[in-house]
Amino acid sequence: MTVNMTKGQAINLQKSDGGTLTAVRMGLGWQAAPRRGLFGSRTREVDLDASAVLFADKQPVDVVFFRHLVSDDGSVKHTGDNLVGGAGQGGDDESILVDLQRVPVHIDQIVFTVNSFTGQTFQEVQNAFCRIVDETNGQELARYTLDGGGQYTAQIMAKVHRAGAGWQMTALGNPANGRTFQDLMPSILPQL
Amino acid sequence: MTAELVRGQNHPLPQARLEIRISAGQPVVAGATLGDEHGTVRGVEWVAHPGTPHLPGLEVSRQAAADHRLAVDLGALPEATHRVHVLLALPVATGFPTRFGAVAAPFAAVTALDGAEIATFTLTGLDAESAVVALELYRRGDAWKVRAVGQGYAGGLAELLADQGLAQAHELTAVIQDAVGRGLARSVVAPPPRTAAEGDGVRHRTHPARQDAVRHPAADLTGGPAGHSDGGTTVNPTAGTTGAPPGSAAPAAPSAASAGASDRQPAAGTVPPAVTPAQPPPSSGPVDYSHPRRKKAAAPPPPPPAPPAQSRPAPPSQSPPGPAGQPPRPVAGDAAGWSMDERLYNQVWGMFEDLARSAAAYRSAVDFAESRMEQELDKVLSDPRSRIGGTGDLARESARTKRDRLVEQARAVLDRDLAQLIAESDVVEPALPPSFARWDNPAWHAYRVPMEMPMALRIGDLHLPERPDLHIPLLVRLPLERGLWIDSGRTGSEAAMTMDTDQLRRQSMDTAVAHAARLLGAYPAGEFTVHVIDPAGSASAALAPLVKSGVLASPPAAGAQGVATVLAGLTERVDLVQMAIRAGAADALPPHVDTAEQLLIVNDFPHGFDDRAVTQLRYLADEGPSVGVHLMMVADREDASGYGPVLDPLWRSLLRLTPVPDEHLADPWVGHAWTYEPLLAPPGSQVLWNVLSQVAAARRALGR
Repeated sequence: MTVNMTKGQAINLQKSDGGTLTAVRMGLGWQAAPRRGLFGSRTREVDLDASAVLFADKQPVDVVFFRHLVSDDGSVKHTGDNLVGGAGQGGDDESILVDLQRVPVHIDQIVFTVNSFTGQTFQEVQNAFCRIVDETNGQELARYTLDGGGQYTAQIMAKVHRAGAGWQMTALGNPANGRTFQDLMPSILPQL
Repeated sequence: MTAELVRGQNHPLPQARLEIRISAGQPVVAGATLGDEHGTVRGVEWVAHPGTPHLPGLEVSRQAAADHRLAVDLGALPEATHRVHVLLALPVATGFPTRFGAVAAPFAAVTALDGAEIATFTLTGLDAESAVVALELYRRGDAWKVRAVGQGYAGGLAELLADQGLAQAHELTAVIQDAVGRGLARSVVAPPPRTAAEGDGVRHRTHPARQDAVRHPAADLTGGPAGHSDGGTTVNPTAGTTGAPPGSAAPAAPSAASAGASDRQPAAGTVPPAVTPAQPPPSSGPVDYSHPRRKKAAAPPPPPPAPPAQSRPAPPSQSPPGPAGQPPRPVAGDAAGWSMDERLYNQVWGMFEDLARSAAAYRSAVDFAESRMEQELDKVLSDPRSRIGGTGDLARESARTKRDRLVEQARAVLDRDLAQLIAESDVVEPALPPSFARWDNPAWHAYRVPMEMPMALRIGDLHLPERPDLHIPLLVRLPLERGLWIDSGRTGSEAAMTMDTDQLRRQSMDTAVAHAARLLGAYPAGEFTVHVIDPAGSASAALAPLVKSGVLASPPAAGAQGVATVLAGLTERVDLVQMAIRAGAADALPPHVDTAEQLLIVNDFPHGFDDRAVTQLRYLADEGPSVGVHLMMVADREDASGYGPVLDPLWRSLLRLTPVPDEHLADPWVGHAWTYEPLLAPPGSQVLWNVLSQVAAARRALGR
């Protein structure tokens, strides 16, 4: 059962049988929008990058992105940079795996962001989505579609944060501008 | 050629004797009805069902099962039969789903006796139906054809039978479900006091017969069905596990029943594909995605090669990960790789990384807790209100409590991880081959000169202050990519400071000899040659094992003359081999060139070295490793300080090891400082002598 999330919606990352999730994957997929007009068949490659910033009490502690693929504690792993996006298969083009059990105890929020490294705005991207998958059984827990495709180059997708003994996920979907997660920091901080 | 039928499609049948295989994710009842030329079932004797499994030319299962094989002999059917309907129904019993929509789509295949599929049909799109006509076999002139039907009945078996014109549909349904119920009861292990023995006995008794029947289901048909009237003629839930020991076969049916509630993955792990004669059945229920060796803690691990692992309790887990329970019990060799050595190598490096990261998580949590407390204390201090009354003390107290609580949590998580790694280490250490093992490992006592070079060599142990007794083997790839430097300097570490110079030098040399013995022992006979430069002869005591066992190519070189000779010889070898490689003419090497890997142990550097010799040594350090010439320096950097910074690249190019525990190695992931401990043979142990004498004997046998 997939929850199609809307902006600001929070879901509890608990299994339907009451057990807590142990590992989740944030998947990001996209396609370059076809161009129209003369030489419209010339493909323009869009490089979106998924990043995860680990916060402890609103201070950034660690970040996982294409230059630092594994957080120091090993709990968050980026499966690698994809420079061109999917060819329309609809699968995840970049994934960030989070082993929730191994996240250090002081980390209380993990924010997932998407940036357009090549600078195209999301208008030139289609079928972009972000989803959260229960890594232990491959079940999709939540899906968030980057619709609208506005004049911005980044989006703060979602945050996974501690709630009681377990974790909760909140869809943020805030547009922003920036090439990498560093440019987004000012926009992330109010979301914490 | 298999025809994949869609609903309504038909396909000719080339032969009269056929098998119809059904697989579903759940136990289902399979039956068949015979119809006349109008499709009417004339009476109950025209229905083959679990209560009456045999009709002329037709045989069905006695019980509900996830996999069925129906044997059909079209030639043996009564003359009046024009149609055979193969039907499926869900058993009416507690714990079973009541509609096909809740189970995986059943799959039906018509196959020849050798298992070759003729036509297949997947019954998709079912929902509230609890009975369905899967296939129809019908006469068309002299020949028979099969049609995919897939007609479901929400009213169940009774409605299905009534639709086929059977007057006694309801009575027969009751008979069928009753027979199915008895079949189910038979396959469930009854509670111990009453019928356990009987139930067990039946299963054991029917086992061989059943296996036999599985192999020749259609052959049985003509051979007279009476011989197999004890219900063992077809595949049933427990027969699906004939490959497993009887004890584990038993739970198949009950767990399938209990899994009925969680509909789509019923008994995924418990109903493996049926045992087949020539070819696996086309599809047998849901695929079991679980890793065969990564069982949860409940399942016994495959016995690791070494006995001590057996008695080890499951590692304690502070925060159970949920209903799945404990973390899986570690198993030696549980990593990717083509060979056991490679798997162990990868596993050791995986443990190394996990320990580095777990420690990083712990340290960063503690650092954060400290800095947060500092900040809060500062805030209290700068707030004028806190100077009056007890509020300041209270705030300080709460800041400390917050810190303590977070540190405590972090420690609990670290302890959980450490416990898991210790359990893994306890399993892995005894399983290691000699080249990965410590000297005290029994693998070294059973040492034999290997036939080929192992992929890596253990040159020490690493540990972190969080858990000093958890040692991670430091494995380096062979052939060595860089030389070794055994640091005999006292300034290097705290442990070295407490020892006097002579003691430390002696220990450095002992360490070097132990490393050399490991390298010699790791290589096949004659493929590793050791040279020693000991200009002042100061290390003759430490070198005794190498000298006396006769593994050295030549006695340790002494004096400036000896240094020059050895270095010139090795320099020439490096030159010649490089030339030969560049020219692609490895066979053109002069006969006196030793093609084995070379190790040069240098003691007391720079004693006995002139400038020319130092230059040659640097040349060997730079160029040697790529052509199989390695350096092992036993030196104190201070002694060579007279050369100034020109020797810095030499030291940097070598892997620094210490004769005493020292914290100077960093891991590649987080960069912790790890404490390195050299490997030394246990005091009084003859293992070093033993290994070296075997190596020497092998060399002599080779004529070197």
